[in-house]
Amino acid sequence: MSFLTLEHVSHHYFSKTDYTKALDDISFSLKEGEFVALLGPSGCGKSTILSIIAGIMKQTVGNVLLEKKPIDESELAIGYMLQQDYLFPWKTIIDNVLLGPKINNKSTDELRNNAIKMLQEVGLSNVQDSYPSSLSGGMRQRVALVRTLINDPKVLLLDEPFSALDYQTKLKLEDLVGKLLKNYHKTAILVTHDIGEAIAMSDRILVMNANPGSIAKTFEVPIELRQSLPLTVRKHPKYQVLFDKIWEELDKREGGDIR
Amino acid sequence: MKSDKQLYDNYLKKLKKERKIVLTWQVIILAVFFVLWEVASRFYWIDPLLFSSPTKVSISVVERFSNGSMFTHLSVTLFETILGFIIGTIGGVVLATLLWSFTRFSKVMDPYLVVLNAMPKVALGPIIIVALGPGYMAIIMMGFLVSVIITTLTVYSAFNEVDPNYSKVLKSFGATRWQCFKEAVFPATMPTMISTLKVNVGLSWVGVIVGEYLVSKQGLGYLIIYGFQVFDFTLVMSSLVMIAILAAIMYKLVEKLESWLIKHTV
Repeated sequence: MSFLTLEHVSHHYFSKTDYTKALDDISFSLKEGEFVALLGPSGCGKSTILSIIAGIMKQTVGNVLLEKKPIDESELAIGYMLQQDYLFPWKTIIDNVLLGPKINNKSTDELRNNAIKMLQEVGLSNVQDSYPSSLSGGMRQRVALVRTLINDPKVLLLDEPFSALDYQTKLKLEDLVGKLLKNYHKTAILVTHDIGEAIAMSDRILVMNANPGSIAKTFEVPIELRQSLPLTVRKHPKYQVLFDKIWEELDKREGGDIR
Repeated sequence: MKSDKQLYDNYLKKLKKERKIVLTWQVIILAVFFVLWEVASRFYWIDPLLFSSPTKVSISVVERFSNGSMFTHLSVTLFETILGFIIGTIGGVVLATLLWSFTRFSKVMDPYLVVLNAMPKVALGPIIIVALGPGYMAIIMMGFLVSVIITTLTVYSAFNEVDPNYSKVLKSFGATRWQCFKEAVFPATMPTMISTLKVNVGLSWVGVIVGEYLVSKQGLGYLIIYGFQVFDFTLVMSSLVMIAILAAIMYKLVEKLESWLIKHTV
């Protein structure tokens, strides 16, 4: 049964002098608990898809359905993680984490305790009263993750959330996010241009075309890879096979114009 | 080999020395200015009738303080300036908030704001006096008008420059536009608002003094015009010195307020 469905979604950006078609007839669906990666070059409309699913933008054509209802009718169903953490520098860590409940007037002591527990779970104890400026990039992105998860979203949208981090931190965070999402049984969409990250984290990979953005090809990630953590996936022999296949696909589309 | 502590002490000593040198120069410039003024006036290098002299000015100031007249003028001007400053700053922030809240309103207002900003507000003086009557109200209005438009424009453009991704985060939680303003846009703009305070101190003084030139029977601006009319330039100079001191004190206080606000809000 499909959980989140996009039906023939297109999106246009209008300006005074021109319009651009950012997305062209995108259709796909996710089962509950499934992890899908959108992979493609920059400017292929990956982030636009996420903004539409998050309800920040309205698509110009088509439907987005969550549990068979239009997405704008279901509240707080979506958690959105951006490329940078965008923690509010004037709020303490705990206030940052509890931003979602505050917006929805649902702040309770129980949630507060929950938040502290989740912060500990991602390896951040005793930071709740500090300010974001005193935390490292990796720690801040973990806070942003907790800020998203505390709202118990039905779908988690990850917009290159690891791209601003150094390589080691990135791999560690991939593991952490992978583990957390499996534990909480979350449905997730990851946007990335990193082939390795897409294979390591997701169950299915949608490779996208640019100008206008459309889905070019779908790759299923082998079952063995799905069940292990991102860091171990990268050592599996099947990882390299899939990596090469996707590389070829992307290279074909770019026309190999770098060489 | 010097220890870390010694190196640090040396660094502190150097800082202290630098501070001392700067302070010495500041005092020297002030002293030279007053001495030159006094000497030039005594030897008729400048006309003492027009430019007075530090001794005459200080005698006049002390005299006016002892008979209480200076204190009245001073407090009137100070009252008007502070009120003009506060209303102008708050009014500017409120107007900017309105512009931000209603996008169409801000588009409609745009040409009017440009004209109002470009126009010298003091030119409106006579009209304001006719409208509000020759009194405190008109002068406070001048202090307000001079600072309010520039505050509005500065704060409004700062609102628009806040990174839209903060609002994006909030919108993904289902926040309304007003919630985005309260949680992200307004607090992110705090530093800009605080820095407009400093600019507005100077602007409010301009408005109030010009206002007093035009109409008042009390205040430092009135003293200047009165001294000018009866050809008592010692009085004009005394008032200028008082204004310089008060404006500097107010600026310093706002600076203190600024650092306090930054520590407690940002």
